[in-house]
Amino acid sequence: MPPNALNWRGRLSDTLWRRPRLLLFLLLAPPVLWLGVIYLGSLFALLAQSFFSIDEFSGVIKYEFTLKTYRELLIPANLDIIIRTVLMAAFVTIGAAIVAFPIAYFAARYARGKWKALFYLGVMLPLWSSYLVKVYAWKLILAKEGILNWILAKLHLTWLLDAWLSLPIIGGNSLSVSYTGTFLVFLYVWMPFMVLPIQASLERVPSSFIEASADLGANARQTFFNVILPLALPGVIAGSIFTFSLTLGDYIIPQIIGSSRLFIGQAVYAHQGTAGNIPLAAAFTVVPVVIMGFYLWAAKKKGAFDAL
Amino acid sequence: MRSDKNSHAPFALKVAAAAGLLFMHLPILLIFVYAFTTEDKSYQWPPPGLTLKWFGVTWNRPDVWESLALSVKVASISTLVAMILGTLCAAAVSRSQFFGRETISLLVILPIALPGIITGIALRSAFNLADIPFSMWTIVLGHATFCVVVVYNNAVARFRRTSRSLIEASMDLGANGFQTFRHVILPNLATALLAGGMLAFALSFDEVIVTTFTAGQQATLPIWMLEELVRPRQRPVTNVVAMVVVLVTFLPILLAYYLTRDGDQVAGQGK
Repeated sequence: MPPNALNWRGRLSDTLWRRPRLLLFLLLAPPVLWLGVIYLGSLFALLAQSFFSIDEFSGVIKYEFTLKTYRELLIPANLDIIIRTVLMAAFVTIGAAIVAFPIAYFAARYARGKWKALFYLGVMLPLWSSYLVKVYAWKLILAKEGILNWILAKLHLTWLLDAWLSLPIIGGNSLSVSYTGTFLVFLYVWMPFMVLPIQASLERVPSSFIEASADLGANARQTFFNVILPLALPGVIAGSIFTFSLTLGDYIIPQIIGSSRLFIGQAVYAHQGTAGNIPLAAAFTVVPVVIMGFYLWAAKKKGAFDAL
Repeated sequence: MRSDKNSHAPFALKVAAAAGLLFMHLPILLIFVYAFTTEDKSYQWPPPGLTLKWFGVTWNRPDVWESLALSVKVASISTLVAMILGTLCAAAVSRSQFFGRETISLLVILPIALPGIITGIALRSAFNLADIPFSMWTIVLGHATFCVVVVYNNAVARFRRTSRSLIEASMDLGANGFQTFRHVILPNLATALLAGGMLAFALSFDEVIVTTFTAGQQATLPIWMLEELVRPRQRPVTNVVAMVVVLVTFLPILLAYYLTRDGDQVAGQGK
């Protein structure tokens, strides 16, 4: 008999060794209870409330099944909010891919040793630094008396900004109350999430492919568009999951930098807060969930999850 | 993908990559300049003068200290909870194949994959339904939920690299399960856990979207900043706080990077 079988620890550990299922159960119980019961439970409770409705006169929630709240989503004002948010998320995603690609490409293909570490930290630090501080920095930049207007004035380019702001929809009284301003801040805050997945997928492209392409007579441009870009696409899609989803759900950026027109997140916030219309707020939250569901399904088909 | 050692990046690529990196870093550096400006009524650039006065003013502000203390408390407790739950989950997922294994991974990632506003409003309405009053603990509950994933990612990566034969050898030499855990598994796991904990702390310390829903009257530092952003009252104090927050969050990120740089990746994707 081994000596440790005499004390309770030894016996317990022997029991667990003989019954791996019991050990597995003990390991899994706390996290599953926390995430499965508290988190998923709250999520389903919220979903359930989207099938209730609110009485227009008393403002009291009626606890019976109805699709009335979902019909309310389709009235023009609410539909506008949804379309506006989805379009913004799409533009932010495209913009982020364009800005992030050269960084990822350089880091994957040309940076070595110390430079590689520097690039990695150069992306990680802004990615992890405080969200609100980043938004605040842009409030400083876009302010009328701020640095952007100052630079433009020094370069005698104020007319360019004025011309841009006089454009319909994307313009406005100043950058900090226009869609252009909102777009810039979204782009800034979520773009770092795009770099690492693209870099990871680029690093997996074997250099023999590029040599083969050159051997077959392709110039650098043709190699890029016909070999590298298609192979990097899963990385771009993986990154776009973050930029798209994070833009869809954000309610703070458009509240601080932007016109007073609402985005989905702001609508949710307004309906659950002062209005007390939890059913409509819940129905609004279903919109990004459904959109992201489709998005993830499409991304999976494109093999984007292997690039994560 | 590797190119030849003597190949050089095209000039346009260098410029585009450098511009992208500058775009990411300049706005944060700008905050550092504003912390020293003498102007207190507007966001005027260039600063009319430089001063250290606002550091003293911020130091003497009790509300800043209170929110900082709350943020540190919440982040510490959430990190602790996340480290326990994340490690347990990672141990279970990496030691055996079982039905629903994929579902567990999905469950861990979900709180961070869904927009924060959904997690926030779901928890808030659940607290309301269950008549739970808002307190520091409701904030912790929300934070711990989405912090689990960073610890889990780091721990899973390390478990994958830890050879099973080490554990078997320990058992063969007569150690029981607890001794093996204490003397073999934990030392192997330590740096990964520490890195995961650092990131979880940074994540919780900075979180604002879920917190706006799960906090009652209490203000964490991000909530304090959000109020200043929406209705600026004390611009110079906000500037100083913003700069300090940047410096404070950089430390755990750098530490986490150095702890995990050889081998597995820092779980950075997906905030």
